[in-house]
Amino acid sequence: MQALRVVSGDEVYIPLILHALCAGFPSPADDYIEGEIDLNRRHLIANRPATFLFRVAGDCMRDAGIFDGDLLIVDRSLTPKHGDVVVVFVDGERSVKRLLVEDGEPKLVFENRDWPAYPVPHMADIEIWGVATCALHALRQKGPSR
Amino acid sequence: MTLALIDGNAFYCSCERVFDPKVRTRPVIVLSNNDGCAVARTSEAKALGIKMGQPYFMIRGLCRREGVAVFSSNYTLYGDMSARMNAVYRQFSPEVETYSIDESFLDLSGFGHRDLVVLARDLRETVRRWVGIPTCVGLGRTKTLAKLANWIAKQVPELGGVCDLTDPLAYEHWLVRVPVEEVWGIGPASARKLQAMGVESAADLRDLDPRPVRQALTVVGERIVYELRGVPCLALEHLPAERKGCAVTRMFSRRVEDQATVLEAVAAYATRLGEKLRCERLGTDHVHVFFHTSGHDRDRPQHAAAVTVRLPEATSDTLALVAAAKHGARQVWREGHAYAKAGVITTDLVLLEGSQRALIGAMDRERPVGSWQRWMPATGAGGADRWCPPPLVSRRSERGPRSSRCAARAIRPAWMSCRSSGQRQPVFEMGRYCSCRGSNLSWWSKSIMWCSLSTQT
Repeated sequence: MQALRVVSGDEVYIPLILHALCAGFPSPADDYIEGEIDLNRRHLIANRPATFLFRVAGDCMRDAGIFDGDLLIVDRSLTPKHGDVVVVFVDGERSVKRLLVEDGEPKLVFENRDWPAYPVPHMADIEIWGVATCALHALRQKGPSR
Repeated sequence: MTLALIDGNAFYCSCERVFDPKVRTRPVIVLSNNDGCAVARTSEAKALGIKMGQPYFMIRGLCRREGVAVFSSNYTLYGDMSARMNAVYRQFSPEVETYSIDESFLDLSGFGHRDLVVLARDLRETVRRWVGIPTCVGLGRTKTLAKLANWIAKQVPELGGVCDLTDPLAYEHWLVRVPVEEVWGIGPASARKLQAMGVESAADLRDLDPRPVRQALTVVGERIVYELRGVPCLALEHLPAERKGCAVTRMFSRRVEDQATVLEAVAAYATRLGEKLRCERLGTDHVHVFFHTSGHDRDRPQHAAAVTVRLPEATSDTLALVAAAKHGARQVWREGHAYAKAGVITTDLVLLEGSQRALIGAMDRERPVGSWQRWMPATGAGGADRWCPPPLVSRRSERGPRSSRCAARAIRPAWMSCRSSGQRQPVFEMGRYCSCRGSNLSWWSKSIMWCSLSTQT
């Protein structure tokens, strides 16, 4: 998994303009915008200083809806709980797993039917780095249109 | 005053450690640009004898032998982590001075009733959890003492990363134990001079008579003595002005031919300009006003008018800006054209506080604050206490709909697009504001304004 270390400094505001669809040119009417939907703050990033982005490599979380190449939004300020998808440091490796807490015993699992069960390491060697809140999956293939 | 200095431990190394699980338990160093020398070291690397600024070629063998993780510097990463830490600090205190990439001063004066050490531990823990960087916090009555406390917190692990010199017992205990060269602002040369005067510890320096210190170490040294005594000489510094210019320009919703409407529009733009400037505590000493016809109206005569009006001194006073903008617009007004667009522009913005005052024609900078404060609560648009520091009106977003404005602009402007003018509720009564367009504004707007005209057809 590749860490994208810097969340872009620019906030992504999608202006909500009622009377027209504007694109590109800075609108002289920007003082009259009704309101803005801030995709970052309201929908994707609840706590900006504690939020990091990771690029997912591999298919081990496929059944959780996290695919190879997706962008994972990880919030470090959240306390991990049963069922969370978490970024963990295990044996000097960074990975993403599902956290299950059964009878007070935490364990980490893959979410891929085709893979063998994840060998559960001793939890003492594991650092839960952050809780994944959202995976961004691009629907359109990149590259030239055919 | 209670200040905290919080800084990241081996900041660059800690940034690398946040993301790389492999180096969590290994010594880490970060090299300068072009991998010249070590600029950051973890405590394990320091224990190996790696010095600050030591050239990398001298320690390459040692690093390989001891398994030291060596990183080239990644300032984009460090800047981002620094911004995150400062964002966390701002949730604790609104007064934050970012002193360097990893050090910030926080004003905690408002937390007098709370246990400062508990607060500092909470701050440390929040930064560690959210951002992942270990920090140390020093608390003191002055910047110098906070810095000293931070140094102590770093040296003495038993303190758990927090040292509180606002506690009189700790203050007396530590000041006699800190060598004088560790005091902020005392370099090696100053330390030698002081040692010649018999000064060994920070407490010795504190107890010196400030006057001989001034002779030996200039006013900077004298200031340090007072700061060590708990008398603040250095205030929190805020960011310098970044905005260099500002413009408010609009197309009219329909062509405008009469002077009154153009003046109304110009006044409205100058009002908005004043709002923008006050948000950032900036001022300007000139207003550039323009209005022109549209090139699309091929059958009509074309005209573009522009004028720069100089003010006696920098201001963000809406009344002054409106008066200047209208004065300029009248100067270059020409009848018989269908104007399509107007605007107000200013460049060379200055921070209002500390800007050069005028010898002749100085404006009363307190006046708008006073008169608006008396007026604002009556309108229910936010109490005077809420918007005191930036004078006049605060941002629209903070105070809801535009509930107060200068009477020179129209209440329901015909030149605005109908949708936006319909939004501007409630309609208000502006009598009192008009009455404060008094005394010192009218005379200089006629006599001291210098106009440089540039009119093109």
